Amino acid sequence: MATKILLEHINVPGIKTYEVYRQQGGYRSVEKALKAMTPDEVVEEVKTSGLRGRGGAGFPTGMKWSFIDKKSGKPRHLVCNADESEPGTFKDRFLMEYIPHLLIEGMITSSYALGCNLSYIYIRGEYMWVFHILEKAIKEAYAAGWLGKNIMGTGWDLDLHVHCGAGAYICGEETALIESLEGKRGNPRIKPPFPAVSGLWANPTVVNNVESISAVPWIVNNTGAEYAKIGVGRSTGTKLFSASGHCKNPGVYEIDMGMTVDEFMNSDEYLGGMMDDRPLKGLIPGGSSVPILPSHLIFKTAAGEDRLMTYESLADGGFATGSSLGSGGFIVYNDTACIVRNTWNFSRFYHHESCGQCSPCREGTGWMEKVLHRIENGHGREEDIDLLWDIQRKIEGNTICPLGDAAAWPVAAAIRHFRDEFEYHVRFPEKIKNRDHFVNEPFEKVKHLVARPVVI
Amino acid sequence: MEISHAKQVINIDAKLTDRINELLSHYPDDKKKSALLPVLHEVQDAHDNWLSIELQDKVAEILGIKPIEVYEVVSFYTMYNQKPIGKYMFEFCRTSCCAIRGAENLMEYTCDKLGVKEGETTADGLFTVVGVECLGACGYAPMLQLGDHYKEHLNKEKVDALIDDCRAGKVQLHKLTITE
Repeated sequence: MATKILLEHINVPGIKTYEVYRQQGGYRSVEKALKAMTPDEVVEEVKTSGLRGRGGAGFPTGMKWSFIDKKSGKPRHLVCNADESEPGTFKDRFLMEYIPHLLIEGMITSSYALGCNLSYIYIRGEYMWVFHILEKAIKEAYAAGWLGKNIMGTGWDLDLHVHCGAGAYICGEETALIESLEGKRGNPRIKPPFPAVSGLWANPTVVNNVESISAVPWIVNNTGAEYAKIGVGRSTGTKLFSASGHCKNPGVYEIDMGMTVDEFMNSDEYLGGMMDDRPLKGLIPGGSSVPILPSHLIFKTAAGEDRLMTYESLADGGFATGSSLGSGGFIVYNDTACIVRNTWNFSRFYHHESCGQCSPCREGTGWMEKVLHRIENGHGREEDIDLLWDIQRKIEGNTICPLGDAAAWPVAAAIRHFRDEFEYHVRFPEKIKNRDHFVNEPFEKVKHLVARPVVI
Repeated sequence: MEISHAKQVINIDAKLTDRINELLSHYPDDKKKSALLPVLHEVQDAHDNWLSIELQDKVAEILGIKPIEVYEVVSFYTMYNQKPIGKYMFEFCRTSCCAIRGAENLMEYTCDKLGVKEGETTADGLFTVVGVECLGACGYAPMLQLGDHYKEHLNKEKVDALIDDCRAGKVQLHKLTITE
């Protein structure tokens, strides 16, 4: 039986409202932290819990908090990153839409730990109805005295507001998010200085994902040590996965870290296997930016061990035979999915979302999109496949922010694991041109084509 | 997107002014520029869903910033429209997770039904169909965004019904609808 931390009360009728949330024990962590703990003790609990950033990078949250500059005496800010835009990821939206007070409680407790008096939730502009839900919930929290001046008579003030973006994936990158929150274009900043030293309005700032902040109330209530007992090794606690694509039951699931991928994919409690019982072709376990895994590397690692839903196990084998847990966007592909078309689709996404600051990303993503488009549409050349490999390698690591890497990795992984499919597209353009978009008939394998292994 | 020279009637009424002031109150007194993105959303919603240069100048005046500071933001973010669009904008998500569940075919169907190409507006000015990138509804594909809301688990019948509802004026675009 999986532990439910974030989604424990999700099915309680009316949990969206303050009254019901409070009846279910909501805002206890604020009471406990403000009455019985110092801010540093809260930070220590989060450190002990081993909680790692749930936005994708997996950086330990407690450690990130300890970097915040307290010496300068400048005002400090906590900004919640709710700019969830990674293809395949829709877990934060689920939390905010159905249990908005959990995030607000987490924001208050975390702001107390960091010594902030002004905090923001930055939500993507497309989630406008969720923006309204959060605005309403924040008003309720103000009315109940959890926000505002002199909270619980402790003399500590906190203002919390929700701010909306306007349709830019790049604003999920923390420095771009800060720029956007300042009312500017979402161009990522060069680091250092890190936001912990100079972030929002040049003040020390911590940017955390919705899911990370939502885990804080439980950690404060039940201690970090209890949280660390869940999970495997350095992957502690529970994690939300948002499943999509060709699986039977797409949706958002909370699981203990360390469940096997097999169980998550095939048990009826979770994804329930493949839609229409077609064969599994590939899996992206952590949002579009992480490498795709071919079917033989999904349930077992290259070393033959069971693959688990943890940061370490999903990354086992590096990028050659592994992937990454990323943001938990679990995309399942069956045999009807065309990998070339899918890779082109992702490249179009990254080209569209590149902010245009760094040439390798601005030009490279567009170039990859064009090359993939011509391969997909039957105008490809044999050397295009190597050209793609070359472009992606020159983008990776050569940009200010990780969007360049995120654009390069899916292309690299697709070629690495599905090179025969690219070659098929190049050699049999007529067959490719006459297909439906995302083929309803499976991709036709050609026996005499043998994929060349790619040297990394 | 090219800049439009179409004329727009600018009307910042009392209700909108109150809302703008509320948004401005969320930021420190010397950081009012931060309110730019939320304010632009509100202003756009109240002005047929697009922002003319004149309207952008007006926003700059309200926030006490230079017009260029507004232009550069409006041209960066995809949710701000710089030219007139249909009253009902169907924004189909077409990124991988939706695409493999048939979003591209459904968008094509919608375009054919309305007699437009992607990105075009119908002659009566009612509908615009565009393809956009991931909207964060991957498990509920195919889907589209209409105003402040998402329409999910779509199929041809649901799109037909939605178009009929729009024509009958039954669709709320920007009204707050919280169901408990």
